[in-house]
Amino acid sequence: MADSPRTHHAAQGQPPGIERSQRGSVLSYLTGLAFAIVLTLASFWAADTHLVWQPAVPVLLAALAIGQMGVHVVFFFHISTGPGDANNFLALAFGIFVVGLVIFGSMLIMSNLDANMPAMPMDQLMKMQR
Amino acid sequence: MLGKLNRDAIPFDQPIPFAASLVVLAVLVGVALYTLWKGWWPYLWREWITSVDHKRLGIMYAVLALVMLVRGFIDALMMRSQQAIAAGSNPGYLPPEHYDQIFSAHGTIMIFFVAMPFVIGLMNFVVPLQLGVRDVAFPVLNSVSFWLTCSGALLVNISLFVGEFAKTGWLAYPPLSEITFSPGVGVDYYLWALQISGAGTLMTGINFTTTILKLRAPGMGYGRMPMFCWTALASNLLIIAAFPILTATLAMLLLDRYLGFHFFTTDGGGSAMMYINLIWAWGHPEVYILVLPAFGIYSEVTATFSGKPLFGYRSMAAATLAICILSMMVWLHHFFTMGAGADVNAFFGIMSIVIAVPTGVKVFNWLFTMYGGRVRFTAPLLWVLGFICTFVIGGMTGVLLAIPPADFVLHNSLFLVAHFHNVIIGGVLFGAFAGYMYWFPKAFGFTLHEGLGKAAFWCWLVGFYLAFMPLYVLGLMGATRRMQHYAEHEWQPLMWVAMAGAFVVLLGIVMIALQLVVSIRNRHTLRDRTGDPWNGRTLEWSIPSPPPPWNFAVLPQVRGVDAYWGMKQAGRRSAREPDYEPFHLPHNSAVGVSIAFFSSFGGFALVWHIWWLAIIGFVGVVVSSLVHGWLVDRDMHVTADEIAAYERARPEGSAS
Amino acid sequence: MSVADPFTAPGEHAHAAAIPYSERGPAPVESVAAFGFWLFLLSDVVMFSGLFAAYAVLADNTAGGPDGAKLFDRGYVLLETACLLFSSFTCGLMALAIERRSALPTYLWAIVTFLLGAAFLGLEVREFTRMVAEGAAPSRSAFLSAFFTLVGTHGLHVTLGLAWMVAMMAQVATLGFLPIVVRRLLCFVLFWHALDIVWIGVFTIVYLGAH
Repeated sequence: MADSPRTHHAAQGQPPGIERSQRGSVLSYLTGLAFAIVLTLASFWAADTHLVWQPAVPVLLAALAIGQMGVHVVFFFHISTGPGDANNFLALAFGIFVVGLVIFGSMLIMSNLDANMPAMPMDQLMKMQR
Repeated sequence: MLGKLNRDAIPFDQPIPFAASLVVLAVLVGVALYTLWKGWWPYLWREWITSVDHKRLGIMYAVLALVMLVRGFIDALMMRSQQAIAAGSNPGYLPPEHYDQIFSAHGTIMIFFVAMPFVIGLMNFVVPLQLGVRDVAFPVLNSVSFWLTCSGALLVNISLFVGEFAKTGWLAYPPLSEITFSPGVGVDYYLWALQISGAGTLMTGINFTTTILKLRAPGMGYGRMPMFCWTALASNLLIIAAFPILTATLAMLLLDRYLGFHFFTTDGGGSAMMYINLIWAWGHPEVYILVLPAFGIYSEVTATFSGKPLFGYRSMAAATLAICILSMMVWLHHFFTMGAGADVNAFFGIMSIVIAVPTGVKVFNWLFTMYGGRVRFTAPLLWVLGFICTFVIGGMTGVLLAIPPADFVLHNSLFLVAHFHNVIIGGVLFGAFAGYMYWFPKAFGFTLHEGLGKAAFWCWLVGFYLAFMPLYVLGLMGATRRMQHYAEHEWQPLMWVAMAGAFVVLLGIVMIALQLVVSIRNRHTLRDRTGDPWNGRTLEWSIPSPPPPWNFAVLPQVRGVDAYWGMKQAGRRSAREPDYEPFHLPHNSAVGVSIAFFSSFGGFALVWHIWWLAIIGFVGVVVSSLVHGWLVDRDMHVTADEIAAYERARPEGSAS
Repeated sequence: MSVADPFTAPGEHAHAAAIPYSERGPAPVESVAAFGFWLFLLSDVVMFSGLFAAYAVLADNTAGGPDGAKLFDRGYVLLETACLLFSSFTCGLMALAIERRSALPTYLWAIVTFLLGAAFLGLEVREFTRMVAEGAAPSRSAFLSAFFTLVGTHGLHVTLGLAWMVAMMAQVATLGFLPIVVRRLLCFVLFWHALDIVWIGVFTIVYLGAH
């Protein structure tokens, strides 16, 4: 049904996942793979090592994970911030926003609830109603 | 062989469900035999059941919604009448186990099978027409969405005569909804019905977001889209954001019930509070999914019947997107009393109040649209006026409830019940009725009877206030929700007033039905041959009523907001016939009804633990999809001559 | 190139270069299909986030049973990760072959991707059976329920992906590289990459996060 006569040029933007030129595409996948391998090995190392200040380890792991997800998005999905890609990028940003809300919002709320509503025997719980 | 299913599943010993089931079966069988005898089945199969046309699907969604409105409303009448008599020592006529199923079914049906289908149906019909294109992005997927929704509705209705429904309320909180405390099939019916229809809704979200972002007529940049399309975009983005959370959460509850997992159980380290957190992370965006398109309808109707462009287009669009984002950040206000600290409660309370600001911007924009315009008080506009008064009151009680200490007193009281009915009926349902009456002539080529439409509006308006204002007072007096019976005789007079209101609303529903019947009978007098009975502003009014399958013979070149109004003002009409170019239209497809057919059997089988039937259902879905996958020659070619012949055959004076 | 539609005055032309993307009319079907599938992937990621949230909240609720530190074997997980990562890479090579419309390389890389994906699944099933045999079944505790559901749902997606890949190869074999077949293949490639992205979250939060 998309039969506007003006479809010679890319109307409404570039689809995700389609590399603009074949040349250099194998390179793109190889680069992505290389980065991903490095980041994966780094993550596994970071989880076990004692060279990093221990409380910082979760942050480091998160950074490595986000970095590797970014590598996938850029080198395998070919999402960029160019003008034709605006919808793809905005959709991704919206998705990240929602994921962040759900995971971190839930974690915050549930830990707040746990702190304020500790496990208690039933008779103590019943005393809380007035 | 038949899992848990046996003769005890049929409610022979419960007169009310049994009688209701017989009536429903009689109606269904009667309709089926009548249509068969009339020879309509081939026509229905070809033109409606296998249709992938967004206009046909939109109409079918609306039909589903209106039928389920009657079912859900009967539940309401039963609850009102029970509460009117069950004071003090009077136990009423509905035993608690039955009453609990009624309020659970009422909420489930009204949200998932009335409000959602109505809103989605209107978006289905209107959005491609307003965007100036021929169909949505994925027409076959659209058909699948509709039939999966029907499958869910079917399962809920089957529970009336085979088994029971959930007794847990419409959100099925654990621990009550866990297998230990709800060992029957009721919660399973609820869960599978929602998982099946939820999948359909998610597909709709993807379909319409893609359509609005990727398929618009040439020249229609984002700043030239009709406001209904902006709100439809925001609503569908919310569907994509929220429905997966529902899927995940209900799946976890299913795993608890079927495989003994411990997500939300009272033992094994489960956390029932996590369910409530997650379900409301879906639940709050859900109500904005419902109300945003209604806001869009109000924008369209107000602008058209004021004869003026919508006031503050850009602030409207910004407010819509603001509401979209903010609606994902307020969900804790549904469980202020669950025990979070003051800081967390305060954050969500403030965010809930903040979301009233863009909503207020919208209300003022509608008022300013009407101000200085030549307002025509047609039935659709009456719904808008009713909405503005009613929704604002409901919104204000919402802001009141958003204050945590106030909510500590009012949570789960009848005040809360009054508030959400206030905003859903005043906001969503009035909008749906406005859209129904506004776009009916476009769908069918004749207008609805205006007098009966106004009568319906007044009955609904008066009925609503009579039914729900007493509930605000009762809530402040301490009455809780979901009461099968109560001790306080002082509450009873207000309960009677509420029941009277319910009967006035019943009259309103009868008026709507009557309006439809009378309009169909008088369709020749009510015929609209221009395609533009309201002197509309947007592109859907530029094509004939009902539109041809391809909507637009030539995709319009859009130059500004209110594209059709601009075209009418410029008086742009070509003396010669344009050069039509041929195009493709998608073929009908049976994959939607086929997938839903097998899903219904699968869902029913899973409810009753009939594993072999469940496997058949799953295999059926897979096979249907594979067959569809190999039917690749799926387009019909419409030639330039056919289009030209159609256009020439249109009566003089009709819009081009 | 201009269509003489009744709403364009004679002589009025669209200047192609100057028109913003949003005003160029309906997008071509490849763009529409890929964007729709991208939205579906994002929705799937939101669903996973619900499961991740449940895992994050319930990870410490072991009900006196075994916890992650006791159950997880990081070397094993590294092997699983390698299988999936390399399968994502070979899937990318398959995508390039598809764009060139070369059937033989497409089948070749598809087979390699399938084998790597199947290896991942095999390893995961072995891990699950071992845990259940040790008494760490999902019904043992909330932590285990959340673990099996999150990791199991990912595994289910991988299974569905493998089945889809088989169907797609059958389509290539029987229908050739029709435009609709190519669109579906490219959607599959997006799906397969997305599964690897989700796995990054899984191995970081679940396996490396357990201490």
